[in-house]
Amino acid sequence: MIDWIVSTPVVFTILKIVAIIVPLMLAVAYLTYAERKIIGYIQVRIGPNRVGPWGLLQPIADGLKLALKEVIFPAKSNLYLFLVAPVLAIGPALAAWAVMPFDATMTLANIDAGLLYILAITSMGVYGIVIAGWASNSRYAFLGALRSAAQVVSYEIAMGFALVGVLVAAGSLNLGQIVLGQQGGFWHWYWLPLLPLFVVYFISGVAETNRAPFDVSEGESEIVAGFHVEYSGMAFAVFFLAEYADMILISMLASVMFMGGWLSPFQGIPGLESLFSWVPGIVWLLLKTSFFLFLYLWFRATFPRYRYDQIMRLGWKVFIPVTLVWLIVVATAQVMDIGPWFSEPASHNSVALMEGTD
Amino acid sequence: MEHIIFYCLAAILLFAATMVVTVRNPVRAALFLILAFFTSAGVWLLLEAEFLALTLVLVYVGAVMVLFLFVVMMLDIDLAPLQEGFTKYLPLGMFVAALITIEMIAVLGANHFGLDIVPSPSPHPADYSNTKEIGLLLYTVYVYPFEIASVILTVAIVAAITLTLRQKNSKSQDISQQVKVRREDRVRIVKMQSSPRKTKEQGEQL
Repeated sequence: MIDWIVSTPVVFTILKIVAIIVPLMLAVAYLTYAERKIIGYIQVRIGPNRVGPWGLLQPIADGLKLALKEVIFPAKSNLYLFLVAPVLAIGPALAAWAVMPFDATMTLANIDAGLLYILAITSMGVYGIVIAGWASNSRYAFLGALRSAAQVVSYEIAMGFALVGVLVAAGSLNLGQIVLGQQGGFWHWYWLPLLPLFVVYFISGVAETNRAPFDVSEGESEIVAGFHVEYSGMAFAVFFLAEYADMILISMLASVMFMGGWLSPFQGIPGLESLFSWVPGIVWLLLKTSFFLFLYLWFRATFPRYRYDQIMRLGWKVFIPVTLVWLIVVATAQVMDIGPWFSEPASHNSVALMEGTD
Repeated sequence: MEHIIFYCLAAILLFAATMVVTVRNPVRAALFLILAFFTSAGVWLLLEAEFLALTLVLVYVGAVMVLFLFVVMMLDIDLAPLQEGFTKYLPLGMFVAALITIEMIAVLGANHFGLDIVPSPSPHPADYSNTKEIGLLLYTVYVYPFEIASVILTVAIVAAITLTLRQKNSKSQDISQQVKVRREDRVRIVKMQSSPRKTKEQGEQL
């Protein structure tokens, strides 16, 4: 049986996809629980504690409730697009996971241009929001869709430039190679040499996923619930899943590209390295991802919502110039072999370039 | 297998491209154009041109078409007047269409792109990096055309931004001034002499 599964690529791949999607959906469910608990404690409340021990079954109850609710179709809405929009939102949010390196060998599709694939796929997520806003035939939803479209397109540029810095430093678009380029312990991960890009990347990631303080596309105090104001039941739940899956994706990407992915933080420290060598790489990756997810929740509990013109100003007039300048710094350091981070791989790259020009 | 995928993608691509020009609702036309871009990216992937395919999705699907959709959605289009001029513009339209067809036959025909001139590419080994090959070509052989194209694009960006800055009395806000503001700039506290309170007896007398 097992031999047959491994030897049939279609079945084996589908099983691998299931092995990614099912834990992801569970993570989404318990991320909502963690969000309510953490924000609760930050605001000196207890949070959900009624369903199951410590409220642990609350996400299940919420999911069941949403599944049983009626999906309401607004009058004069564009019914076909209204139903396609949630699918378009969750499709890219799940497809991007195909190239994620969970460990040195644990990748569904180890493709050469992995970073580019992630950028291309995540940039399509905005269609779900835009089409939902337009198809709902509602002014609030439409306003939310327009805000979201402009915001996502703006922050994608800063995000893309931050990733260009990563690929200059790593000399590869392959996510596994990017992680391997950060070998050598905590101080060799790219968060330090690429600190401005790291900060810009994560803040742009928060803006890309339309989370607080950049959640103007669903700002409750201004436009009720923004683009999904007309959605109910499972159609709403799909948008919800997409948003949280995107949050986990951005957090994991941040840990892969700036925090050394599956690499152990104790690499290169004499005693601790051997002490923790039994820990599988995926555990480190998940711990780093959880840290970024906690940042998401912390942001939401801390910052008031940005004004729309401030969002645009931050994206265009602050982040893009910062990334451009730091890109030049990184490229110079790479070419001039400036240590300690850029000395070794740079010489390797220049050799490759010389070969190409001959 | 590859052939089946190609013909599936080609069929979807042709269908989407036909729908772009025939469908009445402009928002739907834009959505079909997105589908067309996406499927042609799939066709490029079959050619092992993964860098170009992903860039097509990233740039056209991810950014250009979002703005396109943005503009088209804001138009309140009354469909009836759009169809009025159909017969009037038919000759001109046919002429332009015929011209484009002739041009495409002349350039893209078998004399220039036949199998004897452009042979079908042999499959590359697994470690072949399309991204690297394009990068090497772009920055060595084609570096001047590449730089000229980027300068032209930069000029276009500057020109477009200049056009939006023409009106001087725009309501743009200076963030640093907003941050620097103090209470004294906004609130003026006026000290007034209060009149003595009327006692109950005085009120009854009046």
